Amino acid sequence: MVMWLVAAALFVVLLVAVVGMYNGLIRKRIDCDNAFSQVDVQLKRRHDLIPNLVETVKGYASHESETLEAVIAARTRAVSLEPKGAEAAAAKGAAESQLTAALGRLFAVVESYPDLKANTNFAQLQEELVSTENKIGFSRQHYNDTVTKYENARQTIPTALVAAMFNFQKREMFTIQNEAEKQAPKVSFS
Amino acid sequence: MSGVESRLSEDLRARIKAYPGDLTYLDLIRRNRWESLLLMIGLILLAGLIGAVIAGAVVANGGSVEALLPSAALGLAAGLIVAGIGALWSWFGGSSAILRMSGAVPIENSADPELFNVVEEMSIAAGLPMPAVYVIPETALNAFATGRDPKHAAVAITTGLRERLTRDELQGVIAHEMAHVRHLDVRFAMLMATMVGLIVFVCDGLWRIALHSGGRGGRRGGKGGGGAVVFLVVALVLGILAPIVARFIQMAYSRRREYLADAGAVELTRNPRGLASALMKLSEDREPLIEKANRGTAHMFIVNPLSKMRKSGQAINSAFSSHPPIKERVARLMALER
Repeated sequence: MVMWLVAAALFVVLLVAVVGMYNGLIRKRIDCDNAFSQVDVQLKRRHDLIPNLVETVKGYASHESETLEAVIAARTRAVSLEPKGAEAAAAKGAAESQLTAALGRLFAVVESYPDLKANTNFAQLQEELVSTENKIGFSRQHYNDTVTKYENARQTIPTALVAAMFNFQKREMFTIQNEAEKQAPKVSFS
Repeated sequence: MSGVESRLSEDLRARIKAYPGDLTYLDLIRRNRWESLLLMIGLILLAGLIGAVIAGAVVANGGSVEALLPSAALGLAAGLIVAGIGALWSWFGGSSAILRMSGAVPIENSADPELFNVVEEMSIAAGLPMPAVYVIPETALNAFATGRDPKHAAVAITTGLRERLTRDELQGVIAHEMAHVRHLDVRFAMLMATMVGLIVFVCDGLWRIALHSGGRGGRRGGKGGGGAVVFLVVALVLGILAPIVARFIQMAYSRRREYLADAGAVELTRNPRGLASALMKLSEDREPLIEKANRGTAHMFIVNPLSKMRKSGQAINSAFSSHPPIKERVARLMALER
């Protein structure tokens, strides 16, 4: 009789522990999904800012059309790609980093147009774009932090046992895709 | 940003070297969490000691537990009610009261887009909702965060500090404040203040009981006098020391939370230089006082708004300070950047 009670009590304790760990893993996985969608929110915001920027720059620096067209082309490519599946996500990532590079060149060219730099509308757009670049970076950093927490739980005992039982999949982190992007473009605030 | 290194004194360079070369913000976070847990346990043990002395008092008084029980229960109930009301008040009204008392005014995005962007960047890095942004129209250099949880958080910065910082420095300061929000420091500070308040309250009661029973023991003469005298001495000593020790633990805890927020800021920005450079600017400032700050709100600020002699690193002074010396904070930050 006592044996049975002890066994039943142990079973209940074990069940509660497993349910707790399972819920913890689910919560961490939802955090990952949420953090990932935050990156998209910021990328979308950058896409929305670019047409305005191009229009403003055109008025002052019309003979920089090559640089401007590179920005427009990179934006169009990035917007058209849907990050479904690993391959598409990689292509999307490459397109976004090309857009970053094109914007970096545009801001470098703009340095030689004092009238444009003095334009308040342009100054606002530049602040918004610089900040959006930062937000993209920080949302990726937050995604990586969130994935690290999820992976720590998924791979360490005892939660690893529950994760294996319910087949929790590995999540990938953002990594820097090309060498050029490792040297972050330095934007001056002067 | 190479400016920070050139402004470091010899003393600071030596302090930075004293840290292990492979130090990361994760080491600092772990260490400070552990130390603040120990301090919390220390405060609970102190409360337990006081309880034990009171129990001892009952026994020394001839074991008349029943006789003392009503007044003890009444005292405890009164203490809990006072502490409870205080805790409830600070839970629901504390943060808006602090914002009001410091003269902070909420601002709109259009008033300062750069400040809003920096706050939003840091809330994204922390994965927290965007806090309300306030500005304190004062020339003093300071900033603070408040709010019982991340959903009700607010960050405030003086106009003086806002004007003096570069974007990287501002990011460091805001990251420090977001780290306070993320670590629920407002809640822990409230818990600490409530516990310390209770200890002070109980010790005050202990003093009264000790004096009362001491007088009675004297009248009664020999019988049970020895135990009563011992209790009298213990209660008087504890009555004086316990509130001081409690206050000491509270301040040591507050300093650990500052170091923790500095390390947490680096976790968000991954750039120790920004905050280090901002802290150096703060330490070089000659006008550290926030006019409307008081001892109750001092721990909220990025640097102690009350201390006039921030640069003096005297041990006794710093033992009861809510903030660690800025030099040491800069040293820890720059130790990460090697």
